[in-house]
Amino acid sequence: MPEFEFKSEIHLLKLLGLKAKNIEELYENIQIAPLSSIYYHTHRFLKQHHFLSPEPPNDFAFWIKNSLNIKDLSEAVASIDTVKFEGLKELKNEILKVLSSYLKKVRSINNCEKGDEFHFISCQTFVLPTGYKSSNLREFYEIIKMIDINSIYFHIFEAKLRLKKNENDFQSWLNQINENELALKLANLDPYNMTLENLRNKILKILREKVK
Amino acid sequence: MRNINDYEPIVGKNVINELYFLGEKLKGKKIQNINSTAVGGGVAEILSKMIPLLKDLGVDAEWNVIKGDGKFFTITKKMHNALHGRKENLTREEFDYFIEVNRENQKVMNLSSDIMFIHDPQPILLVEKKNEFKNNWIWRCHIDITQAQDDVYEFLKSYIHRYDSCVFSAPAFSKRDINIQQIMIPPSIDPLSDKNKELEEEYIVKTFEKYRIDMSRPVVTQISRFDYLKDPLGVIEVYKLVKKYNDCQLILAGGGATDDPEGMKVYEQVLEAAKDDPDIHVLLLPHDDLLINALQRGSTILMQKSLKEGFGLTVSEALWKEKPVIASAVGGIPLQITHKYSGILTYSIEGTAYYLKQLLNNPDYAKQLGKNGKEHVKNNFLITRHLKDYLMLFLSLYYKDDIVYF
Repeated sequence: MPEFEFKSEIHLLKLLGLKAKNIEELYENIQIAPLSSIYYHTHRFLKQHHFLSPEPPNDFAFWIKNSLNIKDLSEAVASIDTVKFEGLKELKNEILKVLSSYLKKVRSINNCEKGDEFHFISCQTFVLPTGYKSSNLREFYEIIKMIDINSIYFHIFEAKLRLKKNENDFQSWLNQINENELALKLANLDPYNMTLENLRNKILKILREKVK
Repeated sequence: MRNINDYEPIVGKNVINELYFLGEKLKGKKIQNINSTAVGGGVAEILSKMIPLLKDLGVDAEWNVIKGDGKFFTITKKMHNALHGRKENLTREEFDYFIEVNRENQKVMNLSSDIMFIHDPQPILLVEKKNEFKNNWIWRCHIDITQAQDDVYEFLKSYIHRYDSCVFSAPAFSKRDINIQQIMIPPSIDPLSDKNKELEEEYIVKTFEKYRIDMSRPVVTQISRFDYLKDPLGVIEVYKLVKKYNDCQLILAGGGATDDPEGMKVYEQVLEAAKDDPDIHVLLLPHDDLLINALQRGSTILMQKSLKEGFGLTVSEALWKEKPVIASAVGGIPLQITHKYSGILTYSIEGTAYYLKQLLNNPDYAKQLGKNGKEHVKNNFLITRHLKDYLMLFLSLYYKDDIVYF
């Protein structure tokens, strides 16, 4: 049976020197920003605020609401269904599409307050071993129970969207060990709509029936 | 002297293991930190903590200080002010002297380490030696250069471009016209320092008794030096607006005003504004980190109603005590507080009073903000995160891919 090796990730933040004071500039800079920047701004909140709120307010939506006070556009950007995109390029295009349709319909462009500009950040990711490995479903379940939340984050979010795999790492391993039903149940989770701790609990619940 | 393992009960085993892992990856690399002073100031303080911790992790780290005379440091002080946006007239002769002192230091210092980590503008020209040693150079800018005076910035920029990477503390400090890798590493607090460590309840109670502050009634506290930019008079106005409806006491405590004429003036104005209300406690304190810590820990709500801030790390210090914090949305404070999640951000006296009433009347909500705030600081503003960032920064010189697998 193939082993599952639990990994974790950490990020070094890079400043791009790009900033926006209105939607037009936000649009222009998203066009030229690297995909690692799109990833950072759509996923940062998940990790930094995983204990706070199930709502994943991506940085773009958060800034549009709080600094430009454009609530409908903020809602439109926040509700982009991240989980359905196969890669960051597709996600970036969708964000641009939403911004572009807003720009087409508005007559004037408002600037944010000075000092409140949106600053583009990207990140370099370092993937580290956690030292935990499982060779069967029982071990897998026990490790999920206690592993650092960053590891769950890495295997669920990073693998699928940034590394462009069709499935998250947990699904992939479950399929390999012929637990296809469990894999399917994991595939149907929308990890963007819960806190990371709740995500851990949902995964445990799915596994529990089989492990009992 | 503290050891890296002393932080494990606070941040957990995983974080410490990650640090050891990253340290191991830097085996064989020597990292030399250089700044302009061994004592005094934030940079020396952080280096004096970082170097021993890096060594605990097996990293060969060293710290050296450049030499300069009074004339040199007068020039660098002017440069510092100019970078902060204050108008300063630096002559050609002064720039030349700055270059000369740096070149004298180049002659006597060993600058051959694998990674040269240069802090702030004073030693920036040491990078002229890069070609000779073919090593990696990083410039760490600890100051806010968003309003920098053009001539000083342009002068420094010509040297910044010779480095491999530069580091800023906040996104707003980055510059479009810098064409080397710009890294963001915010500052941090040390949870084991006297300013931040856990205290015995008895010590806190005694401190409040000493200053005759009633712990059975709500206490709102702002710790800061007596300075217009910290707006202590605004805090009193906030308190007076709230006091009409809510029983509470106010502590305004800070030090360092005696040798500063403007500070003394602010202190006197604060005393005058507070004189008719026995529930306002204005405390001009000696430098005593434990005392400040106790005042924060015994308070109900902490405020930082500054008009201007650099990074405003005092907010993280307040959040670390698991207290609800109301702070102005200036400088780096919005990086530390997400409004209504991990604290409250305000823009005016009236707004601050409004939220202060809200928190006094809704202690459960206030408590939740305090919990979230502490968790946010734990994940983002402790010295262990700072160490991790530095280790990744050093590794980024050798590993260039967007995603690095170890």
